[in-house]
Amino acid sequence: MKYADEFRDREKAQILLREIRQLADSIEITKKRPLNIMEVCGGHTHSIFRYGLEGMLPPSIELIHGPGCPVCVLPMGRVDDCVAIAERPGMIFTTFGDAMRVPGSKKSLLQAKAAGADVRMVYSPLDALALARKHPDQDVVFFALGFETTMPATAFTILQAEAEGITNFSIFCNHITIVPTVKAILDSPDLQLDGFLGPGHVSMVIGNSPYAFIADYYKRPMVVAGFEPLDVLQSIWMVLKQIVEKRAEVENQYARIVPEHGNPPALEAIGKVYELRDFFEWRGLGSIDHSGVRLKEAYARFDAEKRYALPNISIADPSSCQCGEVLKGVLKPWQCKVFGTACTPETPVGALMVSSEGACAAYYQYGGITRQSPADADMVV
Amino acid sequence: MTTQTIANRRVLGRVSLRNVTLAHGGGGKAMKDLIDDVFIREFDDGSAPFLEDQARFDLASLARHGDRLAFTTDSYVVDPLFFPGSDIGKLAVFGTVNDLAVGGAIPLYLSCAVVIEEGLSVDVLRRVATSMAEAARSCGVTIVTGDTKVVQRGACDKLFITTTGIGVIPPEIDLRIDSIAPGDGLLVNGLLGDHGAAIMCARGDMALDSEIESDCAGLHELIRSLLAAAPGTRCIRDATRGGIATVLNEMAEASGVSIEIDEAATPLRAEVRGFCEILGLDPLYLANEGKIVIAVPEAEIEQALQALRAHPLGTGAALIGRAGKDKPGRVVMQTVFGGRRIVDMLVGEQLPRIC
Repeated sequence: MKYADEFRDREKAQILLREIRQLADSIEITKKRPLNIMEVCGGHTHSIFRYGLEGMLPPSIELIHGPGCPVCVLPMGRVDDCVAIAERPGMIFTTFGDAMRVPGSKKSLLQAKAAGADVRMVYSPLDALALARKHPDQDVVFFALGFETTMPATAFTILQAEAEGITNFSIFCNHITIVPTVKAILDSPDLQLDGFLGPGHVSMVIGNSPYAFIADYYKRPMVVAGFEPLDVLQSIWMVLKQIVEKRAEVENQYARIVPEHGNPPALEAIGKVYELRDFFEWRGLGSIDHSGVRLKEAYARFDAEKRYALPNISIADPSSCQCGEVLKGVLKPWQCKVFGTACTPETPVGALMVSSEGACAAYYQYGGITRQSPADADMVV
Repeated sequence: MTTQTIANRRVLGRVSLRNVTLAHGGGGKAMKDLIDDVFIREFDDGSAPFLEDQARFDLASLARHGDRLAFTTDSYVVDPLFFPGSDIGKLAVFGTVNDLAVGGAIPLYLSCAVVIEEGLSVDVLRRVATSMAEAARSCGVTIVTGDTKVVQRGACDKLFITTTGIGVIPPEIDLRIDSIAPGDGLLVNGLLGDHGAAIMCARGDMALDSEIESDCAGLHELIRSLLAAAPGTRCIRDATRGGIATVLNEMAEASGVSIEIDEAATPLRAEVRGFCEILGLDPLYLANEGKIVIAVPEAEIEQALQALRAHPLGTGAALIGRAGKDKPGRVVMQTVFGGRRIVDMLVGEQLPRIC
């Protein structure tokens, strides 16, 4: 497959791994502890597990799986709101597939569907808009979630709905933005991060400049990375190179997709339709200032939060759940109290066990095979 | 057994309505007409009279095929009823025939029970029955008994079919899922995931167009020639729902072996790979309807592959992995990239990822 196979080349991987090992060995810190590199984006987490990258890296490099899985950081209260909307009579509630299993305080969307709600899986917000056209006598709500990667598609859908004068369509906006969250993580005192792999597809929209503070203020290397396994390895190599050369910069490994200044039409649509919320709640991380967006007043009629009365109750994470610590990289998934016991992909307690991009589900499913870990023992059936 | 066909014995009823109504399930004349006109007309090959409430078999003639009966049942609820490469009728016949064949049985007889949602077009039902009859003929099996129920609109989705199959296992064959030993080879008979991808595309939820067709096929002949060439074959499973990942896990667990497969050796059509890349799905979990996973002792791997490749349904056969000793019950994949990862059972349905 063109544009994919080239980036999965085994021999090139071996060359990169050799160089990564050499670079890591030349870094002083690795004599005392492993280097902690956080991949911010869930797409990277998925690739790392899918291709078995953790087991290929030298033990002197530890990957910390960051908060960039939008499905995983969805708080329970928002899922409850989704269920409340979906259960309204005559409602067609549309969502991306992997959001259907996220547990709310009472049920997930999948359970609401089983109980009779009309919940449909779509692949794009435009599919939801098409449903609204097809069913003019019913209300259609799209569960909009994701970082800047999916924000423009939702924005363009709203603009399209407005242009067509469609009145039975709205979105339940849960779009979030990564930069304040990375900042919150960097400010967290219990954390030692040596570098970042930046989210490639978010950056395709916003460009590289929003991350400048990571290099300038926190003095950490950040490499915006692609999602194929060679992309990830090369990006790790670039982070190490910066550390060795005592640089802290934002570099772009994914230049074939990510333009330096992002995608202007997408940014324009985002600016037109959304405004920052004062704060937004993240599962496991709590409330983070300016980390979410909502629709501007001019688009209020497309805002499900304004159209429908929602419970809008903030539900605390279950006390046994340690998703927050895992998200920040303080705990490894298998060090969580309930990993693999109360919390499994069948009955997730925390959201990290839900999506295959969630660190816990990834460990549970794919496992750290070559690194001997307690998780390894848990996974033997 | 009689060779006289039913048409010689009595006049078959006729359906005049265009759509199935609750009356067609009511047990009276309308039901008899529907069964006669749609099903018996297609299924009756003269070998078994449809006069009694049950099919009857001559034990002595069954025993000529082997020394054990194989008995299996499966329900088919696919949506849409007709999809690229196949339809629910063929699926209902081939699926149950394959469930018999993977046990080494010679498939002989099927039952056919249908649950029809009222309002279904009689023409659709006819097309399904014709398709079932063709599939049965191609497998050398006879549909000998059945049942018809009609339920209210909404109580089922268009048409559900349950087929039950009887076959006979020849004395020399003893395939067991708990008999796989370290060193055995794991084989598949061709490209994986076609059926699952074809159905997901045909449902239209994903707004993706593709040329992918279901691989739905009866595999009894392929399996017969495989077993003739590789008589030491340990076991065979059809990789339907849950894909080869599920079958491999069942094998590893039942036999207490580990299984390591090589991603580079798993045969996948470029379109199916692309489909999975776009939706974030893992092809190892996609359903197949004409693919089997075979465990063969080391010494017979080559002849097994040759026998498979010599058959039209096995041209893409490949050795995808081996059984091993360490970590019994675990399935591991060597990725194309050179890493290793666990291939676990799927928890629920595979859902496309957001981005």
